[in-house]
Amino acid sequence: MAEIRNYTLNFGPQHPAAHGVLRLVLEMDGEVIQRADPHVGLLHRGTEKLAEHKPYNHSIPYMDRLDYVSMMCNEHGYVGTIEKLLSVEVPERAQYIRVLFDEITRILNHLMWLGAHALDVGAMTVFLYAFREREDLMDCYEAVSGARLHAAYYRVGGVYRDLPEQMPRYEMSHLGSEKEMKYRNQAREGSLLDFIEDFTERFPGYVDEYETLLTDNRIWKQRLVDIGVVTPERARQLGFTGPMIRGSGIAWDLRKKQPYAAYDKVDFDIPIGSNGDSYDRYLVRIEEMRQSNRIMKQCVDWLKNNPGPVMVGDYKVAPPPREKMKDDMEALIHHFKLFSEGYSIPESEAYFAVEAPKGEFGCYIIADGANKPYRLKIRAPGFAHMAAMDEMTKGHMLADVVAVIGTMDVVFGEIDR
Amino acid sequence: MKTVIHYIRSLFLLELFKGMSVTGRYLFKKKFTLNYPEQKAPVSPRFRGLHAQRRYSNGEERCIACKLCEAVCPANAITIEAEPREDGSRRTTRYDIDLFKCIFCGFCEESCPVDAIVETRLYEYHFEDTDKKTGAYIMTKEKLLAMGDKYEAQLAEDLAAQAKYR
Repeated sequence: MAEIRNYTLNFGPQHPAAHGVLRLVLEMDGEVIQRADPHVGLLHRGTEKLAEHKPYNHSIPYMDRLDYVSMMCNEHGYVGTIEKLLSVEVPERAQYIRVLFDEITRILNHLMWLGAHALDVGAMTVFLYAFREREDLMDCYEAVSGARLHAAYYRVGGVYRDLPEQMPRYEMSHLGSEKEMKYRNQAREGSLLDFIEDFTERFPGYVDEYETLLTDNRIWKQRLVDIGVVTPERARQLGFTGPMIRGSGIAWDLRKKQPYAAYDKVDFDIPIGSNGDSYDRYLVRIEEMRQSNRIMKQCVDWLKNNPGPVMVGDYKVAPPPREKMKDDMEALIHHFKLFSEGYSIPESEAYFAVEAPKGEFGCYIIADGANKPYRLKIRAPGFAHMAAMDEMTKGHMLADVVAVIGTMDVVFGEIDR
Repeated sequence: MKTVIHYIRSLFLLELFKGMSVTGRYLFKKKFTLNYPEQKAPVSPRFRGLHAQRRYSNGEERCIACKLCEAVCPANAITIEAEPREDGSRRTTRYDIDLFKCIFCGFCEESCPVDAIVETRLYEYHFEDTDKKTGAYIMTKEKLLAMGDKYEAQLAEDLAAQAKYR
């Protein structure tokens, strides 16, 4: 009998199920994976190196482009580090706005993940429904920052501008009827906060719908249960964070363990899984969306009752208000100084991490007294998860690789940086 | 008893029908999609679209060539050359924004002390070619001012709406 040898299969970098530019070299025995070797770096843009050549503030827009489905959380990690280095006290309102938008980002990310994961596994409809809700949330992004994805909304010392009092509305066109426009603008009559409040009322119902479509579905369960099992010990050893470690049953969440911004003032629970398989991670993420919704509701309530500044008054790190800049020489000098040279940070180093939707996203900055970082290290959660690819897929079938990639929620912007 | 219920459930495909009832309901519901070119999604006054340069109401261009936008641009997309005009006032002789480099962060608009460089609500545009010679992807001073003249009413309205937040 002829000897049957393993053969090697290239998965990606342009496979539609590879979520970007993942190149997997799979050593197969028939249809069973013997070894999975992820090759990363195809989306490397040198964000860390670029940051060494420009003033601190100029790198904020580049943070959006790391994990491009959870933009504001990345910014939070970066500006948080600088605030830690400068010991800047962020106004309370800005902190609540940050929590609000971190949670919006979390829902955005999980919806994207849910849709793409379901699509990979074979369920199409969830993708369409998930994008309907994403549309609403991206409208919130656009209302505050002016961009639907790459927001650049968080700034050192607060946020760019206060929440708008008017939500943008749909305009009449010759196709739509007046009745239709009225229906579309229903939630947009008031301020942004009213719109978000309306969303938080609607959202749990939508999550129920996704669950009806997926949670008990036999095909969904066949594809996910017992796929990519990670024990709690291994999850810890592999450096897992976020839903990946919580799916294995360890209640590790930076929002609870080392609260930042206003997370110690809001009430929420951390869902954990029990088996550490893909299905548990799915349940954890679904529950996280519900908890995020709960946090958003609390933030909206607080923000409605507590107006105030959203930026520190220290003009060395934050630009002075427009009006002041126009008729105060000192403020004008500060304005020019800040936008051209920026601020310098004395010799020091700091690490600050946030609970991004995918896990612990942190920045480590070494400052040498100049107006740009001497070194910026980005800790991306996806990288550690990607490293477990081999372990999670070994012994599974080829089709399960797609499910494992899906459950890891990989985004190459942050892994390759 | 539990196993019996389980068997009945899986035999009659209950969860599949439940899922299909959700999709079935949406089949008859009002559609939430837009007919794009005719109907458009709402755009916020803070929107950061294609750039424009504004003028004062007397027709004088606002830009005073302070080069702050050039300095603040994270992607180095802006190139400015300036010299005194015949009447002695300082103006740009060249103001180029390379749209391939631009990352639309809005820092130029934020930094401009005279509200000269702004970003419009325009998000639908294209270049005919990427040829360096024709430079279709470069917003020159003429193009920027033309954009500004065309959209001035909208720009002034948006800036006025945002004044209290800045």
